[in-house]
Amino acid sequence: MTAADGDAPVFTIRALTKVYRMGDVDVHALRGIDLDIAAGDFLVLLGASGSGKSTLLNILGGLDTPTSGEVRYRGRDLTGADEAARTEFRRHRVGFVFQFYNLMPSLTARENVELATDIALAPMPAVDALALVGLGDRLDHFPAQLSGGEQQRVAIARAIAKRPDVLLCDEPTGALDRTTGAAVLDALVRVNADLGTTVVVITHNAVIAELADRVVTMADGRLVGDRRPDRRKAVSEIAW
Amino acid sequence: MRTLTRKLGRDLWRTRSQGLAVALVIGTGVAAHVLLFSTFTSLQLTEDRYYERSRFGQVFASLVRAPLAVTADVAAIPGVTAFDARVVVDVTLDVPGRTAPVSGRLISVPESGAIPVNDLTLTSGRLLNPGRDDEALAATRFATANHLEPGDTIEALINGRLRTLRLVGLVQSPEYIYAIRPGELIAADAEFGILWMNRKALATAFQMQGAFNDLALRIAPGASSADVIGRLDRLLEPYGGLGAIDRSQQLSHFFLQGEIDSLRGMGQTVPVVFLAVAAFLLNVVLTRLVAVEREQIAALKALGYRGREIGWHYVQWALAVAMSGALVGVVVGAGLGRALTRFYTEFFNFPILVYRLPPAVVIEGLGVAVLAAVVGAVGAVRRVVALPAAEAMRPEPPARYRVSAVERTGLGRRLAPWTRMVLRHLQRRPGRAALSIVAVAFSGALLIAGLFSLDSIHAITDIEFYDAERYDVMVTFRQPLSAAAADEMARLPGVRMTEPFRTVAARLTSGTRTRPVAIMGLPASGTLSRVIDGWQTFDDLPPGGLVLSRKLADLVGVAPGERVHVDVLEGRRPSRDVVVARVVDDYLGTNAYMRADVLHQLMQEGGTVSGAYLRVDPIASDALYRRLRATPAVAGVAVKQATIDNFTNTLAASVGITRTTTVLFAAIIAFGVVYNTVRVALSERGRELATLRVIGFTKGEIARVLFGEWIVLTIVALPLGVAIGYGLAALVVQAFNTDVYRLPFIVSARTCAWSILTVVAAAAVSGLVVGRRLSALDLIAVLKTRE
Repeated sequence: MTAADGDAPVFTIRALTKVYRMGDVDVHALRGIDLDIAAGDFLVLLGASGSGKSTLLNILGGLDTPTSGEVRYRGRDLTGADEAARTEFRRHRVGFVFQFYNLMPSLTARENVELATDIALAPMPAVDALALVGLGDRLDHFPAQLSGGEQQRVAIARAIAKRPDVLLCDEPTGALDRTTGAAVLDALVRVNADLGTTVVVITHNAVIAELADRVVTMADGRLVGDRRPDRRKAVSEIAW
Repeated sequence: MRTLTRKLGRDLWRTRSQGLAVALVIGTGVAAHVLLFSTFTSLQLTEDRYYERSRFGQVFASLVRAPLAVTADVAAIPGVTAFDARVVVDVTLDVPGRTAPVSGRLISVPESGAIPVNDLTLTSGRLLNPGRDDEALAATRFATANHLEPGDTIEALINGRLRTLRLVGLVQSPEYIYAIRPGELIAADAEFGILWMNRKALATAFQMQGAFNDLALRIAPGASSADVIGRLDRLLEPYGGLGAIDRSQQLSHFFLQGEIDSLRGMGQTVPVVFLAVAAFLLNVVLTRLVAVEREQIAALKALGYRGREIGWHYVQWALAVAMSGALVGVVVGAGLGRALTRFYTEFFNFPILVYRLPPAVVIEGLGVAVLAAVVGAVGAVRRVVALPAAEAMRPEPPARYRVSAVERTGLGRRLAPWTRMVLRHLQRRPGRAALSIVAVAFSGALLIAGLFSLDSIHAITDIEFYDAERYDVMVTFRQPLSAAAADEMARLPGVRMTEPFRTVAARLTSGTRTRPVAIMGLPASGTLSRVIDGWQTFDDLPPGGLVLSRKLADLVGVAPGERVHVDVLEGRRPSRDVVVARVVDDYLGTNAYMRADVLHQLMQEGGTVSGAYLRVDPIASDALYRRLRATPAVAGVAVKQATIDNFTNTLAASVGITRTTTVLFAAIIAFGVVYNTVRVALSERGRELATLRVIGFTKGEIARVLFGEWIVLTIVALPLGVAIGYGLAALVVQAFNTDVYRLPFIVSARTCAWSILTVVAAAAVSGLVVGRRLSALDLIAVLKTRE
């Protein structure tokens, strides 16, 4: 479930396509993707908006299904999984972080995290998860009482509290300024390092790629680049 | 799940005003259900217990006179378990302090004091001492209405002699819960004095020693009353039997049961309307709640919550709203039910009070509320469950609007932008708009259906008491007299005009259907009592055959031109086929009319009369009443004004209750629907409205956009409501088509106007409540956040 599972990839993706209708037009979001994601990697998926990266992320997390092709999670076929199986997969294996946080405004920071711990098999205490993202002192604040960066860190705490195998982040700093964005990225890096969680971050901000083990670039529904930087920079070293 | 439950609690608090509006509607429906059914159950139980305890009879028979020896044959009729062979005589009474004559009915009590059937309940004073011939018991309601107490005396004209009777006790009888004079249809507490005397005293005064003229019987459970009635009629025929009747035709019971049954009828319809409206409101509110929380739902799905877990979360919201409304409804309904039961118990003068709230009624109430919640929630929640998680992540695509149908007619250019927005918005959700219109329309319709009865009653009063009955006083003779008796009436003080009438007890039979009736013989062109047909009255009775109330014709199953068999139950008891000359639409009772000369022919008699109608100079009425009281031949004197007063008072009491509750119920529905419609519109279009404000629209202008919607809904709903109201009123008219009275179908402009005003007022109030939120619209915040 962690890096200890060996060198077998967490995700194996083959010939993946996705076409969906948006209003009256067909959108070809993915046009044949082949990709393996290794356990414990901090992977950044770069691309302009509309490049298909969010679609890919949603399919990896079992939020969406592909039109054709195959996705395997640790050898298990996700493509043919039904809604119930995908729900179970999300429930126990995956943590999501979204650009707009998607917190419950009626629940406090601690309670938002408890939403996840309530249904997880072996969660960490909500307080620990919040401490890990540096919000140990904001437990009982409602989302409206938190800054954007703090809200996003609550979302990260909520995602990691159930000790997921992979953490999927969709533009986690997209709505944040530099300082708060840095704190969020720092939290993600810490989760990857301390817990060994595989982290996939999608962004259109190339600077963030400097934090990654591996950088995959997408354009127009296809993979157009795949590299492993020589050296991972620390959050404090990057400028954006 | 604990955390989701906490979210539920906070969501409930946040949406409390909308939840409250829905809970109010559900609560009212459940309260109405509990109120009506618990009162119905309690009254039915009270009636059953009281009837059982007082050994109320199941079969009743009147006759001219039979020797007591006949009772052996009565006892031998299979199924008869007990009977009282009584002497019952109608007299006129002289009540201290009352100038108008009072009809009295004297009923014999066995010397032993033990009454086998129709037992009396003493409410004050004592029972009769055996052997006393000057003691009487009086019906409590009569005594109360005339301020009589035990120890007071009352004068009765007994066989030509004015006798002083001492009231020793006040009693209640199951036979006279409603004290209705013979030939009338409305209780006359003050003018109909029912008195009980020792049998010997009564029999002696009226030469009925060793005889009886009235029978009350109890029959074994399961025994057929029809069989008993058949045997009894054959047995009593030689003794002037006037036809036995079943308890269901006993006047007091008929009215009482009618009142109780109408509660059940209301209980079966009113709550259904409420709960249907509530289910619709829940659906509207919940659909909006789900739309607002679209991204939260996506986050929950991403976290791994199952569709049914999230769905259940929203169903719980609906259930919490429904159950809180329902529980308050049960408590309020039970409280009101207890009060209404107490009111009826006093109104009917039941000596016992039973309030019973059957657990089944509570369970039904809660169950139906749950059903409304689930039905209301199901559509909204199904959308949540079916919503693919990835799609929920994306903001809802812009709503699809089209140019509205009204604009396409070419009016478009001339309409103000806000009008166009309102029209397009309504058109986008035609189903919801239609249901809102129907719900508001129903509140108006309920009002019309609840209020029109007053119009009908006014109409009945006008036509019955002013157009048809043009006399002031109706005098009934103890027995049929020669025509000279009516002429004598003309010589009494103050009498300006008299007109005799002849009434004959008979039975109409056609095939297997048979009905007891009193055939009323009227002069060929009388003017003091006319026959009603629809909105007209007429006095030219056909020169042959019968004129029947439509209800009576239907009950017997005959049409104009057909023949009906008439068995006269008095005089020479002729039995003959008579043609039905005309069928008329009248409103009170089941009447059979004949021209007096035709009736005399049928009876093979001369110009016999049963009584007379008098037109009286009001100045001389006291003198007239004094003379009538002292006239032994007079059995009863009915003053029309007193009848009108009793009629309006009795109906005013029950109509008053219905009126208040109907207005309240309808206002709650109108408020609940309009409040939620406007509230949801505000939530859905907050951004749009804030944007307009930013562009520079004034608050008044954006209010037009918001309220335009409900103004259009209300305007469309009003005529529809009037139409549905007419339909409901027609149903009520049909439901009240009984042999006692028929409501004419008439809805006055006043009723329509009141109904419309009430709906508009309820809509305006709810609009104002939401309107305050419009001023508080946070322009910046609305624009910054993503919808």
